[in-house]
Amino acid sequence: MNSATWRLIAVEGKLCVRDRAALVWGVACPLVVLVILGGIPSLREPITADLTVFDVYVPVLILFNVAILAMTALPSTLAGYRENGVLRRMRTTPVGPVRVLAAQLVANFVIALVAMALFLLVAGLGFGVEPPRHPLGFAVAWLLATAALLSIGLLVTALVPSRAAATAIGTLLFFPMMFFAGLWVPIAQMPPILQNVSAYTPLGAGMAAFQDSYLGGFPSWQPLAILVAYAAICAVVAVRWFRWE
Amino acid sequence: MPPVIEVTHLHKRYDDKVAVDDVSFTVDKGEIFGILGRNGAGKTTTVECVEGLRAPDRGTISVLGLDPLADRAELTRRLGVQLQAGMLPGRLRVGEALELYSSFYPRPADWRGLLHDLGLSEKARYADLSGGQKQRLSIALALVGSPDVAILDELTTGLDPQARRDTWELIEGVRARGVTIVLVTHFMEEAERLCDRIALIDRGRVVVVDTPAGLAERAQAEQRIRFRPSREFDTGLLADLPEVSGVGGRGEFVVVTGGDGALNAVMAVLARHQIVAERLRVEQAGLEDAFVELTGRKDAE
Repeated sequence: MNSATWRLIAVEGKLCVRDRAALVWGVACPLVVLVILGGIPSLREPITADLTVFDVYVPVLILFNVAILAMTALPSTLAGYRENGVLRRMRTTPVGPVRVLAAQLVANFVIALVAMALFLLVAGLGFGVEPPRHPLGFAVAWLLATAALLSIGLLVTALVPSRAAATAIGTLLFFPMMFFAGLWVPIAQMPPILQNVSAYTPLGAGMAAFQDSYLGGFPSWQPLAILVAYAAICAVVAVRWFRWE
Repeated sequence: MPPVIEVTHLHKRYDDKVAVDDVSFTVDKGEIFGILGRNGAGKTTTVECVEGLRAPDRGTISVLGLDPLADRAELTRRLGVQLQAGMLPGRLRVGEALELYSSFYPRPADWRGLLHDLGLSEKARYADLSGGQKQRLSIALALVGSPDVAILDELTTGLDPQARRDTWELIEGVRARGVTIVLVTHFMEEAERLCDRIALIDRGRVVVVDTPAGLAERAQAEQRIRFRPSREFDTGLLADLPEVSGVGGRGEFVVVTGGDGALNAVMAVLARHQIVAERLRVEQAGLEDAFVELTGRKDAE
């Protein structure tokens, strides 16, 4: 990587931070929810031998953050770049538009990483939630879930015709995805059929992998394989059919 | 010395619409080469093929000895491009954009100098710039890589007259440093002021390539002599002159059109009849007349 690539990543990072909407909805909002839920005593009662409702919500909010960045911020930014000729302008430089896409992905990845660390810190120091008992397993689960989501976001960007459509479709996908991650009803309390569906959604698989690592084991192969499949298939399709103009 | 740009029998169609029918021209090192034509004549498609943004359906293009499609990587380092709608992210600041773009090139120009020359403010956000400021920034971005060749599309569209003149001076300064410039425009005054040679494009074809003065001459345009006679007289006296092609009047003024000798012949007749030509004005044909004459149509827009 040369200095142009680094500078591009730094600039895209700055632009992401200046995009207040992404930070407010993607970072501040889940953080506030975390603090509010942490302040409700009944949620701190154990529902199983090991976990309280609040414990379960920490990984849900981590996924909420990644999903906002990947499903709304990334597609609307990149589709906007395409619409406004930013990508076209880059085609006339030695750097090319592919690296703009890469820089956006890296910038969102870094923001998600910082937000995840922040959530774990606030939950741990503020409310005594224990960190995942299998840190490596948790890291792998987070990496694969983030890769799967960014890949889906890229696929949305690749196929939609406009910025407005990117924002609409990203948002439309966000809500069912969050539902199956257990944002409104914890997965454990869903009817069996919904639990089965959840296991095959990216965020449902992500939650399953998180839960394994919270309980102390390395995540089982099934959710990890599902996340890898989402990441790989969506990335390949996105790269193959990306509309540059 | 081989030409810097060589376009031979370029043809490009979109679906069933022919954008460029048959375009050939060469651009020599260090010149400002104008591509002039009305909107939809095929100017922008032509330069987009030269820039490597579009693949021609037929014909060959060579820029600095490179193939715009096969040698993209090398070409982008040496060719500066200003797009008609070259955009940047709205939250990017002017200074950041120039610094970023200068990092793309092996031997960049001093971006702060460009910023100053173009009267841009470093901290302004792209989204807050006026149309003219955006235009100037896009010119700066085309020049920030110290290119050997710069292609500028609709350079001064949206600029006020003062900014337009400042930009022209800047372009002349860039040429003085040895940069070859291709200027796409539908603006006659700009082509006349800046270009060494002009390719006139109409309906996807090159009508003619010549110097601005040569173009005006080709149009065989006549001079127009306009004056107020000191007393009334029979204008038939002038119409009979072999050098004169037409006589008309506008109010108390007489307007005579004719070839090179018309002025002398008219003056001689007037002198013989002791008529003084008050407020005499002689107009030579300009590029605008040449354009109409050579494309056979009015309205350069």
